[in-house]
Amino acid sequence: MPKTYEEINEKIRRGEAVVVTAEEVIDIVAEKGLEKAAKEIDVVTTGTFGPMCSSGAFINFGHSRPRIKMKKVWLNGVEAYTGIAAVDAYIGATQLPETDPENKVFPGRFSYGGGHVIHDLVAGKEIRLEAIAYGTDCYPNKKVDTVITINDVNEAFLFNPRNAYQNYNCAINLGDRTLYTYMGILKPRMGNASYSSAGQLSPLLNDPYYKTIGIGTRIFLGGGIGYVAWNGTQHHPNVPRGENGVPLTPAGTLAVIGDLKQMDPYWLVGLSYIGYGATMAVGIGIPIPILDEEILYYTTVKDEDIWCPVVDYSEGYPYGKQIDLGSVNYRDLKSGRVTINGKQVVTTPQSSYPRARKIAQILKEWIQKGTFELTRPVASIPSADADIQFKSIPERSPNGLTIKR
Amino acid sequence: MKERIVCYFSAAQSEQPIIYRLVKDYDLVINILKADINPQKEGYLVVEVEGERDKYKQGADFLKNLGVIVEPLSETVVWHEEICIQCGACPSFCPTEALFIDRETMEVSFDNSKCVVCGMCLECCPTRAIQLHFEIKEAVR
Repeated sequence: MPKTYEEINEKIRRGEAVVVTAEEVIDIVAEKGLEKAAKEIDVVTTGTFGPMCSSGAFINFGHSRPRIKMKKVWLNGVEAYTGIAAVDAYIGATQLPETDPENKVFPGRFSYGGGHVIHDLVAGKEIRLEAIAYGTDCYPNKKVDTVITINDVNEAFLFNPRNAYQNYNCAINLGDRTLYTYMGILKPRMGNASYSSAGQLSPLLNDPYYKTIGIGTRIFLGGGIGYVAWNGTQHHPNVPRGENGVPLTPAGTLAVIGDLKQMDPYWLVGLSYIGYGATMAVGIGIPIPILDEEILYYTTVKDEDIWCPVVDYSEGYPYGKQIDLGSVNYRDLKSGRVTINGKQVVTTPQSSYPRARKIAQILKEWIQKGTFELTRPVASIPSADADIQFKSIPERSPNGLTIKR
Repeated sequence: MKERIVCYFSAAQSEQPIIYRLVKDYDLVINILKADINPQKEGYLVVEVEGERDKYKQGADFLKNLGVIVEPLSETVVWHEEICIQCGACPSFCPTEALFIDRETMEVSFDNSKCVVCGMCLECCPTRAIQLHFEIKEAVR
């Protein structure tokens, strides 16, 4: 007998819901079997905490006196995009101050960027707000230079166009020099192998066909409550999958949204990747309602059953060269060593497993306490049967001019 | 040869162009890593000194004759647990397992006694939770 969202929420309200994490569910099902466990378990909680570059926040600053239609705006020297209404702006996680030396002295440090601004905002710290404008009859002010905190703004909501990647590459370096990438430092001649996924705890790896995670799904976001807004950018569900339904390459992604004012700086942390840039670690947890045995089955996925492709970042990734280096699984990646091309390679995680575990635990407690109810998606996101082409920028000639290469 | 040293000096010594003399008279390459001189003009200099072995020795003797206390720089790596997000990247760069990852919990810990201050971890930490700390004597601060 399948359960409904309403039945599960009824149990949550009564404080009777059986909630387990995506780690705990593995042993429970191994012991009790799918049929019995599906009857008993109501919700499985997942979690992930790692660098998610496609993240940022919309802010409405309120009006200055006289009013201003911002042409450019900076928060602690980091520019936010204000090509929208007068005092609305979007601060992106990877944005750098104009004064950042970037990679002029290689590798650059990238000590402070948009992700750090968002962290400081959520932490309630004072932020310098500067804006310039050309002035209009309705918005005569041409300059603002002041100090604000998150409490001074009208709205501040996170809107991340691509988070919670379903699986990701394992990055290595086949070249002869150290590489500084968004996957961290890659030592030459396959000196290490970097990976970034919470594996068996990761939200989309526990619901590989997005049967319960869809538009409108209520989630743990940055320590507060958020929602799935859409599929994420570069969402590519129609990739090769294993027998367990788990994609064998990076696949689905989520766009998420939530009120920044109720979030926690512990779960939104600015990051500096040497030689690459600034970004932000985002904490996401998604509850999976155990509606039937099939959905429960997907949540029992283990690290050893999740495989990701090994990708060379010296030539393979940056220049799109196809180099087959095989696949590795997350059990081996987490053990600290994997074998690639017959060679033992030390592994470097980028995504925090201890914090992913903590998120799954917190979400479990919220549901057990009855403060977090589940939502049925208002619409699904494209799944494995979609026909999505992974596009690249076309090489064309503007104004009929030919670019010689 | 190249050495990193800490020079502690008093007000009388700080009046003198010590660095100039080291460069001019002893042909040493000086890189000032850190300096702190208080309003009473006492303080310290952390410098990297590079030059011929005998010139280096003569330069060091010059400092000692002035009454400047010269000591080898002792650096320590400090792991700020409250900043660390437990991503686990640093242990794969640590040659001595001073930064260690418990494979059960995937949590990182730091054992200062195993650290050889190679500095590999400083670059790979995206939260900059690992920092280099110069040990400076409290008495002359």
